[in-house]
Amino acid sequence: MFEAIAFYLFAFLTISMFYITVTTSQALYALTALAAGMIFISAFFFILGADFLGAIQIVVYSGAVMALYAFGMMFFDTTRDVKEKSGNKYIVSGLSILAAILVVVIFAAPMVSTNITANYPIVEGIGNTQEVGMVLFTKYLIPFEVAAVMLLVAMIAGIVLAGKKMDLSLTLMSGEEIQHAMEEQNKKVLV
Amino acid sequence: MDTAYLIETIIKVVVVLLIFSALAGIGTYFERKVLAFMQRRLGPMNVGPYGLLQVAADGIKLFTKEDIIPTNVVARIFKIAPVITAATAFMAAAAIPFLPQFTLFGYTVHPIVADINIGILYILGIMGVGLYGPLLGGMASANKFSLLSAARGAAVFISYEVITGLSILAPIMMVGSLSLIDFNEYQAGGIGDWIIWSQPVAFILFWIAAFAETGRTPFHLIANDHEIIDGFGTEYSGMRWGLFFIGEYANMFFISFVIPLLFLGGYGDGSLLGALGLLAKMAFFFFFFLWTRAAWPDVRPDQLMWLCWKVLMPIAVINVVITGLVMMF
Repeated sequence: MFEAIAFYLFAFLTISMFYITVTTSQALYALTALAAGMIFISAFFFILGADFLGAIQIVVYSGAVMALYAFGMMFFDTTRDVKEKSGNKYIVSGLSILAAILVVVIFAAPMVSTNITANYPIVEGIGNTQEVGMVLFTKYLIPFEVAAVMLLVAMIAGIVLAGKKMDLSLTLMSGEEIQHAMEEQNKKVLV
Repeated sequence: MDTAYLIETIIKVVVVLLIFSALAGIGTYFERKVLAFMQRRLGPMNVGPYGLLQVAADGIKLFTKEDIIPTNVVARIFKIAPVITAATAFMAAAAIPFLPQFTLFGYTVHPIVADINIGILYILGIMGVGLYGPLLGGMASANKFSLLSAARGAAVFISYEVITGLSILAPIMMVGSLSLIDFNEYQAGGIGDWIIWSQPVAFILFWIAAFAETGRTPFHLIANDHEIIDGFGTEYSGMRWGLFFIGEYANMFFISFVIPLLFLGGYGDGSLLGALGLLAKMAFFFFFFLWTRAAWPDVRPDQLMWLCWKVLMPIAVINVVITGLVMMF
């Protein structure tokens, strides 16, 4: 009974949070609702007994959404509403409802015909973390390593893009040096 | 899931909530006294003997003060931000074993609300979410200083999280579990078994990161004291501001429990002496937070990021690699 109550409570909370995320015109509401929704999703992992994934969900997404906040801070005045150019509301909501139903059908269809069984059922006595590790480093080793390489590529690209002027530090430069550097820049612009 | 278990859990939750919200209040008294003695002052003296009732006076002031919501703020976010800080601090406490199990009137009590097998990950994750409080409070307030404070909050968050994660990875590899109770049992054999002897680097790194996690003095840059105003808390008044405070102090207490449990043997073999030992270690780490505040200046956000990313993170990674090599051969 507790499971059912928890499931429906968090299902309602998650859906309403993501609904706020896509409908509100206030950037801060959208970001906060997104963060809350991501954290509420972790509840489903906990209900299913996948504690490790639940905790990882919280750790990863709280950090990821934090980065979004930083972008929001840079691009908007987050205390004001964003003026959006919205098209036909009925088409948008109709299409999104259709897409949602489609996704549910795609994933629910196999369950209707046959009872699905877990490929790697939970083994009693072995911790959740160990099981994730076991599957990750045997069956899914190659996707795991490929993901690691892709992240490495993204990290190197990020460092190269951001690191162009890393040898200059405005904090450590004296006033004259900053003045000089700015004059140099102005000359370049004029030329 | 029987009724007895449910009632027991609810009682435990209430007890933890009451004790630590009271301790958060008393913590402010300790802080002011310790700071005062280190700076050759007396600190609060007027209310009650040695100023002990100052806590009650502060509480009455905070509770009865008008709760002002300024114009131009994003009202809902502004209202919910302090609640996030306080609530996540107490949520994190759910996985901390405060004492060894003991028997009360023939009923065995486990002083941990939920013994989940990923305890330490859960605690760190939820404590991390706690930084959303300052961030949202600062961003929802309609003034530049609060916004700057929120930006510093985001900088702190992205800096320290990597260090906490990587630094505890090496002890986790040794213990082979994420549960704090397993950590305690691993070190139950006495002082010689403490993880600090085999992982001194991880201990220091985690300790440094704990200061960033709780936003205490060397890294008290979210609410930048030099601006005289209170950073993200500038526009708050009354109990909403008080909730930020309760969250911060509760976090300090909880992290002071976590450090000994991870590295310094926790409550040991579970005897009364061990339990008192855990409380003593907790008190030391709490005192150390205050000591640092009296002795050290704050660093700048860029210095914190430099420290975390360029110094501590490589050390943590090297530590993990060396631990792995030692365990393998």
